[in-house]
Amino acid sequence: MEQKNIIELKNITVEFDGEKVLDDLNLSIKDKEFVTLLGQSGCGKTTTLRIIAGFIQPHAGDVFFDGKSEKGVPPYKRPVNTVFQRYALFPNYNVYDNIAFGLRVSKMPEKEIDRRVKEMLKLVNLQGFEKRSVAKLSGGQQQRVAIARAVINEPKVLLLDEPLAALDLKLRKDMQNELKNIQRKLGITFIYVTHDQEEALSLSDTVVVMHEGKIQQIGTPIDIYNEPQNAFVADFIGESNIIDGNMLEDYKVSLVGKTFQCLDKGFEKNEPVDVVIRPEDVDIVPVDKGMLVGKVTSVLFRGVHFEIIIDVEGFKWMIQTTDESKVGDTVGLYIEPDAIHVMKKSKYSGKYGDYSSYSDEMDRMSEPDEVEE
Amino acid sequence: MKKRNSYGSIALNAPYTVWSVIFIVVPLFIVAYYAFTDKSGAFTFDNILELGEYNDIFFTSIWYSVLATVIALLISYPFAYFLSRQSEKSRRLQMMLVMLPMWMNLLIRTYSWMNILERNGLINNLLGMVGIEPVKMIGTPGAVIFGMVYNYLPYMILPIYTVMSKIEPSLLEAAEDLGCNGINKLRRVIMPLSLPGVVSGITMVFVPSVSTFYISQKLGGGKIMLVGDAIERQMQSAYNYNLGASLSLVLMVMIIISMAIMNKFSDEEGGMVI
Repeated sequence: MEQKNIIELKNITVEFDGEKVLDDLNLSIKDKEFVTLLGQSGCGKTTTLRIIAGFIQPHAGDVFFDGKSEKGVPPYKRPVNTVFQRYALFPNYNVYDNIAFGLRVSKMPEKEIDRRVKEMLKLVNLQGFEKRSVAKLSGGQQQRVAIARAVINEPKVLLLDEPLAALDLKLRKDMQNELKNIQRKLGITFIYVTHDQEEALSLSDTVVVMHEGKIQQIGTPIDIYNEPQNAFVADFIGESNIIDGNMLEDYKVSLVGKTFQCLDKGFEKNEPVDVVIRPEDVDIVPVDKGMLVGKVTSVLFRGVHFEIIIDVEGFKWMIQTTDESKVGDTVGLYIEPDAIHVMKKSKYSGKYGDYSSYSDEMDRMSEPDEVEE
Repeated sequence: MKKRNSYGSIALNAPYTVWSVIFIVVPLFIVAYYAFTDKSGAFTFDNILELGEYNDIFFTSIWYSVLATVIALLISYPFAYFLSRQSEKSRRLQMMLVMLPMWMNLLIRTYSWMNILERNGLINNLLGMVGIEPVKMIGTPGAVIFGMVYNYLPYMILPIYTVMSKIEPSLLEAAEDLGCNGINKLRRVIMPLSLPGVVSGITMVFVPSVSTFYISQKLGGGKIMLVGDAIERQMQSAYNYNLGASLSLVLMVMIIISMAIMNKFSDEEGGMVI
């Protein structure tokens, strides 16, 4: 299926106080796609969204809608609508009037507005809430009003800025499904900003991983997970063991002094590389059958599986398995060739993917997410 | 909310209760007492019936105060809006400039304006230097209304500014996102959300304006008489406390009624701001 690009960002640079928030960013978004901008707070994902919406003018570069430059076009003239981070519902209007807002501004006849608002209330499952004050709605309901208020204007592109960040976990999962359904029903492009990699993987057609104002990788969720382009992406998306290796020849890589079969090729002979091995792809086997041998230093029960840290010659591996091991056991590790993913060295090499300071990392991860302003 | 009636809370409230009884409730009764009695202390409606002569004065007071309030609103609203959109630092500076005259006594400020506007005052001297005939300002309704606007303007700016600065920037972005140009944004979002501040401001300018006597005396040049002046005259020179009290009582009732009407507007938006 050949799809045209509905939005193109070309060489976008944005600086705040002399600091580059976006650095020469290029991105094409296809019609009817669900695209997620994924990254930690401060990576520039929200800035990118605001540039598309027109709230920020880039210092260099340009945004194109359907091939047409949007330079200097104010937000109210752009064919996009936004679902804001904290909904930004108008407190002086009730649910009905909030949803009708955009159509009233465009002076549509009230009869037609009424029909469309009813349709929207049905789409977001809020029938019967017309007269309710928005302050009296739960977070999830406010979220639905915010979505209805945006999509009623039939934008070509809907921009969503961390729309689920303020909801609790259970509600977030439900809303994820609902969002995906709404996108399918409407058949429009969604550009979705989030720091939650699980959300990104389960919702998107295309994931754009961002870090330090640059795009690190663009791809389908499966590509991003299985074929990360550098250590940052591998570490940010899911858990990864990232080990220094040497590409001996095509399909042969050496790490920890051993040679492994792999499926990667096209590297120089003896090129130093980063090797990614996902924790769920490593099997624990008896020592004599293992390709590597190590000592169990920590076992954590996670419900679905055990999370086991194994020290192999000073490098700590994380392994996820349903078989229990005991701390202090010496075990063998078995890795299939297709579990090994080889990446070129990058500036992120050596910074990620070692679990020796695992408990520190857990602390960092359990801190409440910063909400980007 | 749970109602608290413990001895502790009664004890804590006692000073304020005693204060408001002595300085608010009792004087109100005294005003009412004088209004409905004659000089010998006998009950009468004469004082109230006599007020018919003061119709014109009441009308002038209300008319000037309404004009002053409207002018103050027209100046304050755009000012408060632009102020609320500025950086923290420049906001604080400008807010201080607004408040600065209020650190000086109302009487002194009004007296200064009298000097400026007089026939031999600053403005006429300056006009004389460029060969323009002196302009009569003191004693005109314009001067009195100007005095009201000047003195009470901060009371209009403050509540409107407070409400404006509480409007989340994301709401304005949402309005733009949904197709609002500048005028639509103002009409559909900023104005309705700032209404409670406007109501507070109107009350806080109208009430002192309608009851003022000093401004009208000094800037009205003795030619303009407002209700406040009439009350003052009865109390200070005619020593007719009964008529003075009945004038006060009627003025008070009118103020309460106008405040109640204003509050009805703001109640729908969630109460007064100040």
